[in-house]
Amino acid sequence: MAAADRIYLRDAPAELLPAPMASTGVLGWVRANLFSSPLNIALTILCAALIVWIVPDLLRFFIFDAVWSGANREACLVSPQHPEPGACWPFVRVWSSYFVYGFYPVSERWRVDLFFTLLAFGIAWLAWLGAPRRDLGAVYFFIVLPIVSYILLSGWPMIGLADVPTSLWGGILVTIVVAIVGIVASLPLGILLALGRRSAMPAVRLASIAFIEFVRGVPLITVLFMASVMLPLFVPDRFAPDKLMRALIGVALFASAYMAEVVRGGLLSIPRGQYEAAQALGLPYWRMMILVILPQALRVTLPNIVNTSIGLFKDTTLVFIVGIFDFLRTIEAARGDPNWATPVTSVTGYAFAAVFYFVCCYGMSRYSRNVEARLARAQRR
Amino acid sequence: MSKGLQFAVRSKQQWANIALQVLLLLIIGGVIYAAFVNAATNLAKAGIASGFRFWDNTAGFDISQTLIYYSSSTSTFGRAFWVGLLNTLLVASLGIVLATALGFTIGIARLSRNWLVSHLAGGYVELVRNVPLLLQLLFWYNAVLKSLPELRGSIAVPGGAFLNNRGLFLPQPLFGSNFRYVVAALVLGIAATLALRLWGRRRQERTGEPPHTVYFGFGLIVALPLLVFFAAGAPLSFSFPEMARFNIRGGIEILPELAALLVALTIYTAAFIAEVVRAGILAVAPGQTEAAQALGLRSGSALRLVVVPQAMRVIVPPLTSQYLNLTKNSSLAVAIGYPDLVQVFAGSVLNITGQSVEVIAITMAVYLFISLITSMLMNLYGYRLRVVER
Repeated sequence: MAAADRIYLRDAPAELLPAPMASTGVLGWVRANLFSSPLNIALTILCAALIVWIVPDLLRFFIFDAVWSGANREACLVSPQHPEPGACWPFVRVWSSYFVYGFYPVSERWRVDLFFTLLAFGIAWLAWLGAPRRDLGAVYFFIVLPIVSYILLSGWPMIGLADVPTSLWGGILVTIVVAIVGIVASLPLGILLALGRRSAMPAVRLASIAFIEFVRGVPLITVLFMASVMLPLFVPDRFAPDKLMRALIGVALFASAYMAEVVRGGLLSIPRGQYEAAQALGLPYWRMMILVILPQALRVTLPNIVNTSIGLFKDTTLVFIVGIFDFLRTIEAARGDPNWATPVTSVTGYAFAAVFYFVCCYGMSRYSRNVEARLARAQRR
Repeated sequence: MSKGLQFAVRSKQQWANIALQVLLLLIIGGVIYAAFVNAATNLAKAGIASGFRFWDNTAGFDISQTLIYYSSSTSTFGRAFWVGLLNTLLVASLGIVLATALGFTIGIARLSRNWLVSHLAGGYVELVRNVPLLLQLLFWYNAVLKSLPELRGSIAVPGGAFLNNRGLFLPQPLFGSNFRYVVAALVLGIAATLALRLWGRRRQERTGEPPHTVYFGFGLIVALPLLVFFAAGAPLSFSFPEMARFNIRGGIEILPELAALLVALTIYTAAFIAEVVRAGILAVAPGQTEAAQALGLRSGSALRLVVVPQAMRVIVPPLTSQYLNLTKNSSLAVAIGYPDLVQVFAGSVLNITGQSVEVIAITMAVYLFISLITSMLMNLYGYRLRVVER
């Protein structure tokens, strides 16, 4: 058979095809992630337009056109220097010590600073999962720190610390105190309630369920109202707690119901075999819980505990409504200062508060995500 | 072993448990009793009445937004309670609708393959979730809405609405008497569409032929009422707000408090709903989409028939708890003076009557009632959607 008969055989080289579109490198990434289809192109343009519309204005307001120095409102009003004044940062600087300490006496503020330091030490000890003697850290955080802080902050004349009534406390100090008391009190209470909810004893179980469902069904504000208005009625006059203490009780009760549900989730994730093994070893109930079940349950729920704490931290702002000078309330009070009455004062104050809350909450959520990833790695092994 | 015998051989441990429970009940009872006695003496000392007789007394205070008739000089505290409750339900239901729309959009955007879209949505969620709701609420109210121009400089919104620091003034729809035929047509259209769908599904099960009810449904729900609307002589007109010297006349007024609360609740809850939606869609195993493709379903049908029904099973329970959170969070209204249940009842009524125990108990009972009803419906839904294993 001659070669010419085999018509399906090519006798000239095929034309070169153009090189395929880059699927690697910057161009490939852009093509795959931003311009892969007509819809995607439209969305990309829309988003880019949104960013171009908002971001430059934000930067201008908070940085480039912002006023950075000055002694009173004059600095932040329209002037030849600032034809379009942005955020009024000197307002924050002037009021900053009020934002941190409230009306805490100036000569005693070292006590607050010391409290912040002790607290930071305790948090670092507990949060660093590889820290030495974390059991001692827990004792420090849940027992030593609350007692020492109470003596330090409210005073004990016997050892030379002047009394500082809680009505003078304010700002970030109060926000931190409310949040920490909420966490420190709600964890043990929440564990007890979670165990109670899974107890074999009907009275204990019903009481726990009733408490948890009741608290979770009502808004925090009503709990705070109850604590601040009704609590003084329920106890004899001479035991009536002060305003801050009432709010703390309300927050602690509220948080413990939510913590109980988180802990219960952890308890549910422990296989039955663990209980049975502990019982087979002859451990009674409490030793089984403390030595075998809770250490495992709390480890898997650590991310959820941190998430609940984030919610609690944000919820501390609600004490504002029952008249306590937390950080947000000090911002509100300072905002009304006639010395700084400008059109931008409110926005500046709120932006400052937002940055504070964002940094705290975002930090906690990053931490909880890290722990979660670490737990997932440990599970895969 | 008979029951009686079991009783007879109760171990020491069991007796200890019984004793513990009796002790617990005694403590709880004792605390409640002590609280009751103390409250009675303290209230008597302060000269405050107890009981629910105040319910029928004249309230004597004004409420800035009332959905039902209310007058400060003749209406009772009980009436004020209903006004507050309706305002709470109003802001909660509007907020739920808006937050669901925004939340689903952002949740889907977070899963987009477009890098810019997913990161923009992610940034929104991170920013909004990590700033307290109360701060956002105060920001929208004090920094945004209160700094709008005064009445004189009202911003005219296209469509005949005005915006100023006293609120948003919208044209008010006035329904003619023939409008009821339009409503009837709409109800009929929806009912007919539902019946058609049922029939289509039955037929598909019998013959395997897929139903084409979408266009019929569109015609029945949209076109039929429109047709009736024009046939009845377009019985709808608007009362446009008009600028007068000192106020705005006509139209519907939306208070800045309502607007701020709605904006804050929507933006805040949408971020949480977005996370719920994202988690729900990710929870559907990729094998499900691949299996649907292997069966020859187009991507739209695969989404509608395979992915969404499974994702909804995961999404709905946490979504409901977000709705409940939104309803409970609407009580932050008290911080900006929107007359919701807490502001009107646990605020004004409590301050006037001084009957804190009764007032707070009623307020809490309302929220508890809403929560319990919702979780009951949720259990029912969960029961219907449970995976039936062979």
